[in-house]
Amino acid sequence: MTMRDRFDEVVVDLLDEDPSAVLVLAAIAAGRVLPAARRRGVADRVVDVGIREQTQVGVAGGLALEGFRPILMSYAPFVVERPFEQIKISLSHQGVDAIIVSVGASWDASTAGRTHQAPEDVAVMSTLPGWSIHVPGHEDEAEAALRSAYFDGGSHYIRLANDTNQAPVSGMPGRIRTIRRGPSEAMTVLAIGPMLDDVVAATDELDTTVLYTNVVRPIDGRTLAAATLGTDIVVVEPYLSGTSVPAVASALSDRPMRIHAVGVDDPDVAMYGTAADHRRHHRLDVPGLRERFLAVERRRTALSA
Amino acid sequence: MALTTHTASNHATDQLGYTALPALLRRMRGDEKHDWASESTIDVIWTLYDRVLRVDPLDPENPDRDRFYLSKGHGPMAYYAVLTAKGFIDPAMLDGFAGPDSILGHHPDRRLIPGVEISSGSLGQGLALGIGATTALALSRSSGRVFVLMGDGELDEGSNHEAIAYAARAELDALNVVVVDNDSATHGWPGGIARRFDVEGWSVETVDGRDHLAMEAAFTARHPGRPRAVIAEVGGVR
Repeated sequence: MTMRDRFDEVVVDLLDEDPSAVLVLAAIAAGRVLPAARRRGVADRVVDVGIREQTQVGVAGGLALEGFRPILMSYAPFVVERPFEQIKISLSHQGVDAIIVSVGASWDASTAGRTHQAPEDVAVMSTLPGWSIHVPGHEDEAEAALRSAYFDGGSHYIRLANDTNQAPVSGMPGRIRTIRRGPSEAMTVLAIGPMLDDVVAATDELDTTVLYTNVVRPIDGRTLAAATLGTDIVVVEPYLSGTSVPAVASALSDRPMRIHAVGVDDPDVAMYGTAADHRRHHRLDVPGLRERFLAVERRRTALSA
Repeated sequence: MALTTHTASNHATDQLGYTALPALLRRMRGDEKHDWASESTIDVIWTLYDRVLRVDPLDPENPDRDRFYLSKGHGPMAYYAVLTAKGFIDPAMLDGFAGPDSILGHHPDRRLIPGVEISSGSLGQGLALGIGATTALALSRSSGRVFVLMGDGELDEGSNHEAIAYAARAELDALNVVVVDNDSATHGWPGGIARRFDVEGWSVETVDGRDHLAMEAAFTARHPGRPRAVIAEVGGVR
């Protein structure tokens, strides 16, 4: 089951559990969710405005002004980038909250081209005050993110992806977890969401501590500061490189550190192919990651010699 | 809870009449000479608050109140003057308009101003908000209605045309739009703005935007199963 399949199930559960929940769609996902919503008698709280994303966000704002808790869903470029000013004005500036869930991520629609790919989405959403950003790495984490976002209140962006780790990482949502400690603790890699398994595989032979988070905003700075002991940290995220670097830099501002950004450097790749082809192109597959970690390691060794 | 429309005769608070509006506008402008009637929206907003809307400054959160959304946001002094006359805004707030300590600026912020339902100023966002609110009121079984004020220039924003089409298809009959037409759209609306709404299935009427009785009749006409668009013509600015 993909994260998206899991969303389809859980969102209908939420509609059933809470009469304040409303799912606001712009055609995408309507056919996947409506049959179950009808069976459960909650289809009146699935609002499909058609292919109209500005209206999708505005309608969510109006519902929230009247005390409902809207959940929006579509492909990342259509629900984040196209109606971005509506997110800013019709939600945030009104002082109301919503949960925006996206699919497609950076390269899930690998054969669909640039129009269906949004490696910039997290960076764009990070400019708005007050939004929490979730990048789950497993369908169980996706469900936990949706449920905690829904019931904790506030505004949340949840980025679902086809890429998934073999197993969920347990623990408090939003808390950074230590996956592995390197012998010397000189170098740390912070793996975000679906990057974890490949980061673990790529650091197999390296003297590297591996940390994990599936919430990048707000980042768990206290745990990050306590768990990061060396001179170098590599931030690996499956979208625009450097997106989370300011938050990491802020958390580690009490010490001299080299912070290395690994992510998508080339958002407009002009290629089709598979998701694996895209990861290889971005050097975010295991060989590409290993090569980049080794380069950081060589530089660290040279500088400390 | 029963809500009544605001008229001089039925409201308990000290309310000011239409003739008080010029002085309230001057207090915001600090300007004796300006022609207050040039406020294109003043008669529309006055008519709504004086004769149509079921709202009460003493009961501002009543779930069955009507919602007025000033979508266009621009030139909101007329709105503030009416809100003051109707008891939502303290007249002292009009002094120092748009200053650092003022709650009133050139685009309204709902988080600052009593009685203001939406923050606006970015054109083309109020109608979708109004659709969401109307949908919410239906889900809540509220008797409240939603009135969205737009400008003919604002209609240039494409987001409105998404929303105009959807609102009719969703049969939102508690939704009302008033388009204040002062002929300010850059490329105009050939054949009239009413046609744009009519083709989507809205209930439509075009009225004189300075005629209070005609507007009251247009705003209170029944339109079951269809949203209502009233085009209030106020004469061109060019």
